[in-house]
Amino acid sequence: MSSATLLSVENLTMRFGGLTAIDDLSVSVPAGKITAIIGPNGAGKTTFFNCLTGFYKPTTGSVRLVHPKKGEMRLETLTGHRVARDAQVVRTFQNIRLFPKMTVLENLIVAQHNFLQEASRFSIAGIFRLPGYRKAEAEALKTAAHWLDRLGLTGIADVAAGDLPYGTQRRIEIARALCVDPVLLCLDEPAAGLNPRESAELNTLLLSLCREEGIAILLIEHDMSVVMNVSDHICVLNYGRKIAEGTPEEIRNDPQVIKAYLGEDDEETASGGIAA
Amino acid sequence: MAYALQQLINGLTLGAVYGLIAIGYTMVYGIIGMINFAHGDIFMVSAFIAVTAFTLLAAFDITSLPLAITAVLITAIFFTSAYGWAVERMAYRPLRGSTRLAPLISAIGMSIFLQNMVQLTQGARVKPIPPVLEGGIELWRTADFTVQVSWTQIMIVLVTIVLMVAFTWLITQTAFGRQQRACEQDSTMTALLGINVDRTISATFMLGAALAAVAGVMVTVYYGVVDFFIGFVAGIKAFTAAVLGGIGSLPGAMLGGLIIGLIEAFWAAYLSPEYKDVATFAILILVLMFRPSGLLGRPEVEKV
Amino acid sequence: MSAVIIARHARTPAERFKDAAWVAFIALLLGIPMVGLTTVDEGGALAVHTRFGMLGAFVGASFVGRFIFRWIMDQVRSRRAAKPAVVKVDRTPQAIKVIGWAVLGASIALPIVFSENRYVIDTATTVLIYVMLGWGLNVVVGLAGLLDLGYVAFYAVGAYTYALLFSHFGWTFWEALPVAGAMAATFGILLGYPILRLRGDYLAIVTLGFGEIIRVILVNWTELSNGPNGIGSIPRPTLFGLPFDRNPAEGTQSFATFFGLDFSGMHRIIFLYYLILVLALLTNVFVSRLRKLPVGRAWEALREDEIACKAMGMNVTNVKLSAFAIGAMLGGFAGVFFAARQGFISPESFTFTESATILAIVVLGGMGSQLGVVLAALVLVLLPELGRNFSEYRMLMFGAAMVLIMVWKPGGLLASREPTIRLNKAVTAGGEA
Ligand SMILES: Nc1ncnc2c1ncn2[C@@H]1O[C@H](COP(=O)(O)OP(=O)(O)OP(=O)(O)O)[C@@H](O)[C@H]1O
Ligand SMILES: [Mg+2]
Repeated sequence: MSSATLLSVENLTMRFGGLTAIDDLSVSVPAGKITAIIGPNGAGKTTFFNCLTGFYKPTTGSVRLVHPKKGEMRLETLTGHRVARDAQVVRTFQNIRLFPKMTVLENLIVAQHNFLQEASRFSIAGIFRLPGYRKAEAEALKTAAHWLDRLGLTGIADVAAGDLPYGTQRRIEIARALCVDPVLLCLDEPAAGLNPRESAELNTLLLSLCREEGIAILLIEHDMSVVMNVSDHICVLNYGRKIAEGTPEEIRNDPQVIKAYLGEDDEETASGGIAA
Repeated sequence: MAYALQQLINGLTLGAVYGLIAIGYTMVYGIIGMINFAHGDIFMVSAFIAVTAFTLLAAFDITSLPLAITAVLITAIFFTSAYGWAVERMAYRPLRGSTRLAPLISAIGMSIFLQNMVQLTQGARVKPIPPVLEGGIELWRTADFTVQVSWTQIMIVLVTIVLMVAFTWLITQTAFGRQQRACEQDSTMTALLGINVDRTISATFMLGAALAAVAGVMVTVYYGVVDFFIGFVAGIKAFTAAVLGGIGSLPGAMLGGLIIGLIEAFWAAYLSPEYKDVATFAILILVLMFRPSGLLGRPEVEKV
Repeated sequence: MSAVIIARHARTPAERFKDAAWVAFIALLLGIPMVGLTTVDEGGALAVHTRFGMLGAFVGASFVGRFIFRWIMDQVRSRRAAKPAVVKVDRTPQAIKVIGWAVLGASIALPIVFSENRYVIDTATTVLIYVMLGWGLNVVVGLAGLLDLGYVAFYAVGAYTYALLFSHFGWTFWEALPVAGAMAATFGILLGYPILRLRGDYLAIVTLGFGEIIRVILVNWTELSNGPNGIGSIPRPTLFGLPFDRNPAEGTQSFATFFGLDFSGMHRIIFLYYLILVLALLTNVFVSRLRKLPVGRAWEALREDEIACKAMGMNVTNVKLSAFAIGAMLGGFAGVFFAARQGFISPESFTFTESATILAIVVLGGMGSQLGVVLAALVLVLLPELGRNFSEYRMLMFGAAMVLIMVWKPGGLLASREPTIRLNKAVTAGGEA
């Protein structure tokens, strides 16, 4: 397993009016490993994801991806859907975003839209169900079935996604992201709202995705039992700045991190205003 | 030159009216993030109330002009606000937190309902009222053209200015204004602070309706005729004004209204009166294409 | 105000009374200027007439209505609370299939049963035009979740394209049909492209404006459209070149002579009926198929969550544009048929009311539901036929119904959704309907 750099973020800054949500952040994400981003609420973690995945255009800075097949790409220049489609950097959302009225399987098939759409040749091959399209559809179904199975969703494949319990929806969202065939999977608080058993299962899943499929994972998480157990590398944000970086062991003992999480003596003033 | 000056005056008058209506769109958009399609029809309802009120006053032989106009304004504001309140309560409030599409459809349903309700209860024919305010000031006389400002135009502009000042004070200086702006920023947080968000939203609708009511009275005096269809076109124009000024921005709405009024007046005078609505519409599309945040609006970053 | 807030505990009669009184008060406020007073033209000047009786009735009805409504709702709620929730097997899909086939059977049989009744077949043809329009708009509103308030514009583009192609180049119905569809789709794309990148509400207002603009242009650009006078003597479609004329031109055949029938005006009426039935059914099959393709799923996904679509690498603008263009194209086809059936078109047929009617059909039918559109079109076309009163109150009721349905059942009345693909194939052996 190589630990070559997959993604390197340099001097990333994101401002909203007067608020600097991310401040001159530089991080690098190794290929085939799990990197965690942690930090208190409002630290800018989700904003960081939004900048990586084309939802926000960063004020300054660069995001370089070394795609295993396509070579180097600059993510900050790709807009909207391009990041997922061309660079295969796929994310999940902190507040789950499924297609609630569609079934679990349909959710996973929609994730393969670009592949299927191409095979349907502007829907003409699709309307007449030509063999080429049928083959592609079977293939997409196989991919979906594979991930359904891996995440233990096969039994509920034909149920509307919105009708399922929260923990299951989290898994569906991960399965859906995996159907896009990511080289980098960005998970925004995948353990939020999970019970201890579910979050232990999540640990196993993340580790196996990374070790067996070689998918690099970027993980935002507050649940330390997940973060400390699966991460190879942790980066700590506070007020949009990186305050520490290292292995779980190093982070656990870092005085800066402890201060950020537990607060300082002048806690009120620290949490009252956002550092400029 | 004289002709252009006259168009400038007409355009500003028209623009003031559009601006008043546009504020209703912009405020509602600011606070609940939706287009209140029924707003144009609220304006139309107020024009009908004005017609009824003027006719009643004439029947009672109340001839003092300031008295009559004040009375009509108060009546129109009162009843139109009630309509604004009721529309929100019935068609929008039950849909808060619903899908994106539901409130829009509900709004268009409400608009259709109001239009037909007025048509059925007040009649489909154009309602003319006798001139309320006649005469004006001759500004400039050239060989072949006389530039005139009518008293009505002066009144419209004055009333609009006074309202704008009062309104700015209300939004920036009072407790209500603070609550209203707080709800715009983050209604959940505002609710947590113990502010009644429902009531603030209701008040916003009533305020928007009240301004539309003033516009309705002014239009009735200015043109002397109303019909049940005026809300539709005025609605689209005022909405265009709101978008042009930057939806969500109050000064923007007024500015947008003035610009649309001027463009319409000049277009009708110099190019083609039949296509003046097409011109407004073209502006709407151009603004949306090249500057969707409008002149004074802030660019919208979709929160993910 | 607090009286209207839905209380969780059982309501006492006094509370219900207070609630109803509050509603009656609001009704009074709203009613005074609109119901209680009206202005009437008397010898050139307006005079105010009072209608206090009607106002009283309105307020009274509001009071009683609210009181009974609350009472029933409370009963329903307490009964629902008492009963344990039972997991129901959703039988709607099967039921819909059965009703769907029954309606199809009935519509095929209709001209046979009523072969001499021109009125019935004419009305049924009108229903089918609305069904087709409804199915077209359903792609945009029901599937893709985009609000198009100017759908009639595409209908007009289709109709005028045929009328103009005929009057300038002598094109026939069948030649003009595809061109008019393409024309409408092009208009859809030109209009949609700049707007579809933006928030959904903008699309609604822009399409609203567009519908009006097309009408203004048709009225004023007389060189093109002959203005308010419209375009007449548009030829009826032929059956593989066989016209439905009484006296075919020298050396040609008409439908009646070819089949050796006596000429009857009903032939053409029935032919037009079957023609729109076929067009509508083709539309249905086309849309049902699309729904099961990547584009169709993308439309629905878009309606559910646009941001998630982006995160899956979907080009949302293109997906929206495809829905908008296909909806426009279907509207264009319907327009060509309309022009051919009427033989005469003018801007008056393409007003906002028409857009609102089509939208009401889609909304009342349960957005996304094909059968729902048929039922809603039936109700909406037949209602005004019942009497003058109904036609006067038609739009009023549409408006009110749109609000009520959104408040009560935002998914629409018939909103059960059939998955487009299943893991367990055995379940769907029935095929598509
Ligand atoms: N679109 C936006 N407009 C304005 N401010 C924003 C926007 N998006 C994020 N912010 C601000 O940026 C800051 C960082 O937010 P972010 O959501 O990235 O925090 P986070 O680290 O993900 O927090 P949490 O752990 O609560 O999810 C916050 O102060 C937030 O209000
Ligand atoms: Mg976050």
